[in-house]
Amino acid sequence: MLNPNAKLNTKVFDTDCEVSPIRKGFGEGLLQAGKLNDQVVGLCADLTESTQMHLFANEFKNRFIEVGVAEQNLATVASGMSAMGKIPFISSYAMFSPGRNWEQIRTTIAYNDRKVIIAGSHAGISVGPDGGTHQAIEDIALMRVMPNMCVISPCDAIEAFKATIATLNWPTPVYIRLAREKTPIITTANTPFAIGKAQILWESSTNPSLGSKASKLEACIVVCGALVHRALLAAKELEGKGVGSIVVNLATIKPFDAETIISCAKKTGAVVTVEEHQIAGGMGSAVAECLAQNCPVPIEFIGVQNKFGQSGTMDELIAHYKMDVPDIIEAVQKVISRKG
Amino acid sequence: MSDEIIKKLELQANVIRQSIIEMLVTAGSGHTAGPLGMADIFTYLYFHELKHDPKNPTWPERDRLVLSNGHICPVFYATMAHAGYFDIKELQTLRKFGTRLQGHPHREYLPMVENSSGPLGSGLSQAVGMALADRIDHGQKNDRFIYALMSDGELDEGNSWEGIMLAGKNQLGNLIAVVDRNNIQIDGYTENIMPLEPLGAKWEAFNWHVIEVPGHDFTALHEAVQTAKSIFNKPSVIIAKTIPGRGVPEFERDYLWHGKPPNKEEANMALKELRTLGGKIKSEHQ
Repeated sequence: MLNPNAKLNTKVFDTDCEVSPIRKGFGEGLLQAGKLNDQVVGLCADLTESTQMHLFANEFKNRFIEVGVAEQNLATVASGMSAMGKIPFISSYAMFSPGRNWEQIRTTIAYNDRKVIIAGSHAGISVGPDGGTHQAIEDIALMRVMPNMCVISPCDAIEAFKATIATLNWPTPVYIRLAREKTPIITTANTPFAIGKAQILWESSTNPSLGSKASKLEACIVVCGALVHRALLAAKELEGKGVGSIVVNLATIKPFDAETIISCAKKTGAVVTVEEHQIAGGMGSAVAECLAQNCPVPIEFIGVQNKFGQSGTMDELIAHYKMDVPDIIEAVQKVISRKG
Repeated sequence: MSDEIIKKLELQANVIRQSIIEMLVTAGSGHTAGPLGMADIFTYLYFHELKHDPKNPTWPERDRLVLSNGHICPVFYATMAHAGYFDIKELQTLRKFGTRLQGHPHREYLPMVENSSGPLGSGLSQAVGMALADRIDHGQKNDRFIYALMSDGELDEGNSWEGIMLAGKNQLGNLIAVVDRNNIQIDGYTENIMPLEPLGAKWEAFNWHVIEVPGHDFTALHEAVQTAKSIFNKPSVIIAKTIPGRGVPEFERDYLWHGKPPNKEEANMALKELRTLGGKIKSEHQ
């Protein structure tokens, strides 16, 4: 069942569940952040509406800098503004920022300890028709390997809104990963959010008197970003098959909430990670690094398997790259079968 | 600028050059030509022009000096130490384990520097960001200036030109770039590696005010900076024609001295050259 403490959208399993792009939550969050703190500035590299920064740019014209198609400049100029006390938010497609300007982010933002919030929009293969050149599926790896960098991958527009505002009081530079397509709204305004805190969204009931077919919790699904909804659908279906599971939304990949992940791994004895990213170096790798040291359990990884993306619809691509509900269910069954 | 001030600056630059040689020979690695070539400009800025306070390095009203080509940090460190930011003895720790004087500057260890640097082509853009932020806070008052010190070789980097374009677009009169036009980079002479000329015309085409000056002439440097500060609606670039290795004739104009330190013997020779002003006076160390 949905974790009542998470105060999730009660329509999350309904076919008419509301949808909204995750990037829109960032745009609205930035506008709100701008209202809350007059040191907030926005910089964009010719993708102002696409990255939803136009909401801020229209409201705060003198605090918005258009740098043109120049992502290296985007990062370095923001670093300089941070040096003068500003709180710069920079946005582009994740493929270009942090894809193209990685070294500038490393040297002038992370190493330089200048707090800049980097919003990478259109991340994942769910970008769809634009094709492989525009589908950033390496960005989590690029950013989580960088010291002094916080990495957040919100699961819906509401969480993106909260994450964007939460960065105001976070001490280090932050990377926020955003997706293009409309995806289901999972959380509500009342869902707790804190940077660095993973959240249990689903925990199967193991009480038959409550109508559950599952008698025990057999696996934990750790997921982030736009695939959280699919993980919930998989968990619900698994429960119908008598397989109890936990779904953890690991919205903050770094700093890593080891406590929650270790506790869920102990409780279930098996883990499946799910992300719209290369398996190598992504969120699942962070989970594996933690559990290998602290609670070695079988792990299966759902993600892109050492391939580039291609054109197609979001649904077609997620099915093609085996990140869909049936793939998650299969991975859960497999990981349970691997238990000693 | 009076003769007396010029004399004082010349002596100060000479002392800084001696420190550079001493630092490099102790470190056993590092860059020689660039730091010696920029000693006059650093001296001019820190001992005459900059609005700064070594006892209060984070003074908000200070001018900002962004060093882009971090590899010339021996001159940066030596100038800052002689200006009073830290003890001159610390210069001998350059590049040693545990030092605050990293091989390329790092703010974490040396908070009085405005930016960590080393990877080329990123400093000007940071200065552009500072100038933009200053505009947001203070409008066009231009009561503090942002200086970006950069090399000619790093103009090969695309990021440099992205910054140049953005500064031109925003008419940043509070921004002054100083290009160390010494014509060398690691692999050879700039015009052989990647021709930059006509360099002044390029900056001008990007809507900058361009001033070309001899880089070892304090009067000319002073006039150039005063002109740059008076240009209201454009960023200014001072293209300073410097001699790499300046002060030690054996090192001058040779790109092979870009990225290596002197050995003991070469350092002794260089120090003698500097202490005697090329044999013009007797050294007290002789």
